Amino acid sequence: MARQKKQQFNVLEHELVPEHRVLSPEEAARVLRELGVEPWQLPWISYNDPVVRAIGAQPGDIIEIKRKSFTAGEIKVYRVVVAYSRK
Amino acid sequence: MTAAVPPLVRRQRALVEEKIIKEIKFGILSPEEIRRMSVVAITTDQLYDRDGRPVPGGLMDPRLGAAIPGMVCETCGNDFRRCPGHFGRIELARPVINVGFARHIYDILRATCRQCGRIKLPEKELKRYLKLLERLKDKWPLLAKALVNEVKQRAAKTPECPHCGTHNYKIVFEKPYRYYEERPTGRVFLNPQEVRARLEKIPDDDVKLLGLDPKEARPEWMVFTVLPVPPIHVRPSIVLETGIRAEDDLTHKLADIVRTNIKLRESIENGMPQSVIEEWWNLLQYHVATYIDNELPKIPVARQRGSLGRPLKGLAQRLKGKEGRFRGNLSGKRVNYSARTVISPDPNISINEVGVPVEIAKVLTVAVRVTPYNVEELRKYVLNGPDKWPGANFVITPDGRKIDLRFADRKTIAESLAEGYIVERHLKDGDIVLFNRQPSLHRMSIMAHIVRVLPGRTFRLNLLVCPPYNADFDGDEMNLHVPRTEEAQAEARELMLVQFHILTPRYGGVIIGGLQDYVSGAYLLTSKATLLDLDDVVDLLAAAKYEGEIPEPVILSPKKKWTGKQLVSLFLPKDFTYFGKAKINAGRFACANELCWNDSYVVIKNGELLEGVFDKKAIGAEQTESVLHQITKEYGFDTARRLMDTLFKMFLRYIEKYGFTMTLDDVALPKEAYEKIREILKEAEKKVYELIEEYKQGKLEPVPGRTLEETLELRIIEVLTQARREVEAYVADVLDPFNNVFIMARTGARGNELNITQMAALLGQQSVRGERISRGFRDRFLAHYKPGDLGPAARGFVYHGFYEGLTPTEVFFHAAGGREGLVDTAVRTSQSGYMQRRLINALQDLRVEYDGTVRLPDGTLVQIKYGEDGVDPMKSAHGKAVNIDRVVERVIGWRM
Repeated sequence: MARQKKQQFNVLEHELVPEHRVLSPEEAARVLRELGVEPWQLPWISYNDPVVRAIGAQPGDIIEIKRKSFTAGEIKVYRVVVAYSRK
Repeated sequence: MTAAVPPLVRRQRALVEEKIIKEIKFGILSPEEIRRMSVVAITTDQLYDRDGRPVPGGLMDPRLGAAIPGMVCETCGNDFRRCPGHFGRIELARPVINVGFARHIYDILRATCRQCGRIKLPEKELKRYLKLLERLKDKWPLLAKALVNEVKQRAAKTPECPHCGTHNYKIVFEKPYRYYEERPTGRVFLNPQEVRARLEKIPDDDVKLLGLDPKEARPEWMVFTVLPVPPIHVRPSIVLETGIRAEDDLTHKLADIVRTNIKLRESIENGMPQSVIEEWWNLLQYHVATYIDNELPKIPVARQRGSLGRPLKGLAQRLKGKEGRFRGNLSGKRVNYSARTVISPDPNISINEVGVPVEIAKVLTVAVRVTPYNVEELRKYVLNGPDKWPGANFVITPDGRKIDLRFADRKTIAESLAEGYIVERHLKDGDIVLFNRQPSLHRMSIMAHIVRVLPGRTFRLNLLVCPPYNADFDGDEMNLHVPRTEEAQAEARELMLVQFHILTPRYGGVIIGGLQDYVSGAYLLTSKATLLDLDDVVDLLAAAKYEGEIPEPVILSPKKKWTGKQLVSLFLPKDFTYFGKAKINAGRFACANELCWNDSYVVIKNGELLEGVFDKKAIGAEQTESVLHQITKEYGFDTARRLMDTLFKMFLRYIEKYGFTMTLDDVALPKEAYEKIREILKEAEKKVYELIEEYKQGKLEPVPGRTLEETLELRIIEVLTQARREVEAYVADVLDPFNNVFIMARTGARGNELNITQMAALLGQQSVRGERISRGFRDRFLAHYKPGDLGPAARGFVYHGFYEGLTPTEVFFHAAGGREGLVDTAVRTSQSGYMQRRLINALQDLRVEYDGTVRLPDGTLVQIKYGEDGVDPMKSAHGKAVNIDRVVERVIGWRM
């Protein structure tokens, strides 16, 4: 029962979950160049994160998140997927 | 910038070889290493012999280093200034746990096999993990740590060893340093010797997987077999005035260890029963543990002399906490070239200045390098010497000798002054210093001021800079620091000077601005009723240091008269335009736009104050979008500062001439007024008793989510608050709006209508924890009321104001409410202080890079743009980058 419910629920559709997108390798390279960072210098997101699992991102991927911002309307932030979870 | 480095410092630097730290690696001392660095084995707990000479092999052995002047080290031959100190050692008769590692030992014991010492995971997995760990270690240290934890946890869960098949018992750790095995037969104590034997068995590769580097930190080194004894420099003894020697806490503790160790060895050698040996062993463990950390859980604190004395300071206590080595001596230090005294106000100096007492100016010095341009001046200072201001205290010759001018022949030195000399001259007018008031909660708590040496014994500061420091003059003290190098002085002058902090980075408003008398003075001067004759005008403009033409008078006959607005206009920028409501634009003086009969709508066009008065909204501190704020933003800090040093002085001069004060009569109401107030209160009282009656009869409808009693309280408070509001409105109506107290409240100089009501009419409901005051006696606050009386008077409604005076019972209610306020402030400050500390610790490494990103020192990205929009709040308008309305207003010269 509980398991079924879990499968039915899609985090991506929740109103508080902003839009996540896996960047293609070319895009990722471009973003990293523009920001002047190595992948490890980006904020991390766990491969266990529900959204990361839902969009099927793999460790090493770079994710673009479109977030609402109090000061700037809508902003894009980037995160690197890591095989690490804090528990 | 070697110029300002004193030669003395340079000489000291030359003594030490300069090295650059590339990385720091922590490890554990191995027994061999402890023996290798040790120069003497401590074998006796005796410190000195009968003649007071240190005993060889004791804790004060001279081989441990020369710690007192005149002594020559027996190990290195240096005197006490050069001898770095040398370690000794105590050879322990039996091993003991190092409490600092007790937790790690527990983790390791659980993860490894009791028989073969391997991590209890299959060989294949260990190999795989080890490879992974090697790869992660450099680039992803956090992940490596997570991996180690994973290994430890998984291994701890496996009871059967996959390598030798041994069954492992559950290991129990009893704080702070005891380990047991939970066998079917019962708990078995593992003594440190057994623990160490197990740790020794772990192979190096497995040690790596446990997160240790076997070269630097073998797990068995976490159990002491030899204890290092720190040199005397670390634990110097103090000779009291009476000639009695007092030893350092560590020395006492080490003596305890040596003594116990001897006893333990003797009982082993004499073949004492196991129980006796174990007793001594346990005591040794206790002493070694408290030597390291004397605040361990579940064991008694070791004290100086028995159970009543002062707790001894262990090694951990030296490092820990606010007064510990890190926070007390490394992150924060006591400094030279600083002064502290009481502050007092001086409205006549610039906001950029600070008044420094001559006495202080003669002690604080600035190092000035002699050049052809300043020799003559510096010669004068040297001749004046240390006692006559402006003089000098020291001269440093090109070869680095420091000459104290108190004892030297100043004439010869003055004559020999030449390029390359440095003169430590007294602080004088125009020097730059840092000025600080604690608590330093924001960057405006430390600002740079320009020195004005003044007679007296207090620091003087302009009243306008009170808000950023949150200072007043009821005995506040402040600190002053002299920046020593030229670059520090330049930075202070260009970045930290008071005028650059007129705007607060919190929300962009002015934090330095008019307060109290400045506000009432500005109001009185700019008021429509103010007409000034020539004498007044000249006096006022002179107070403001105005240089220029006097404007045409507004009234020519029968006598020439000027308005205050004209005088103010002289100081405004010539193309300045402003529209906005004044603070007094409220109640009966309200106006929606510039067609205003009450003079409460400020209109400035082309630098001319055409209409409206200046009050808190125009010139006040901590106001946004005020006249002062717009001038600061549009004309810069220099203009704003000039305004505060000139115009604001005129406000004060005017209020002096006017003679502004406050009398009892200002809060006196006519007799009819009191009757009217009584009536309002009677009405409210009646309503309250009706509510109580309803409640008693059970007719009261409870508010959803509240009990009946809570509902009643809520309704009563509502009625009483409403009554007080009515009185407040009525008082505001009855009082003469031009009486002194009311002027202060209306202009925002001090106080508000509630304060006036409390003086003139009534204090109203007193409260504790947001409720009517109900506790004290049983079911009543005071014995003067009936138990269970729910009426206004019995629960802290004060019917009188300060003018009439309170009844005795009312005084007690008021005191109860007042006490809560005091307690609250005390609690709040300590709580917010700790909150601030945590916040600072979390944010201190963030920095905005030149590309606009927010990063940590290693380049980790935190925000792609500062604040996500890249706006500096200090230069923003209400957090927005631009205020479009204001731009339009400036361009078309009119408000949309």
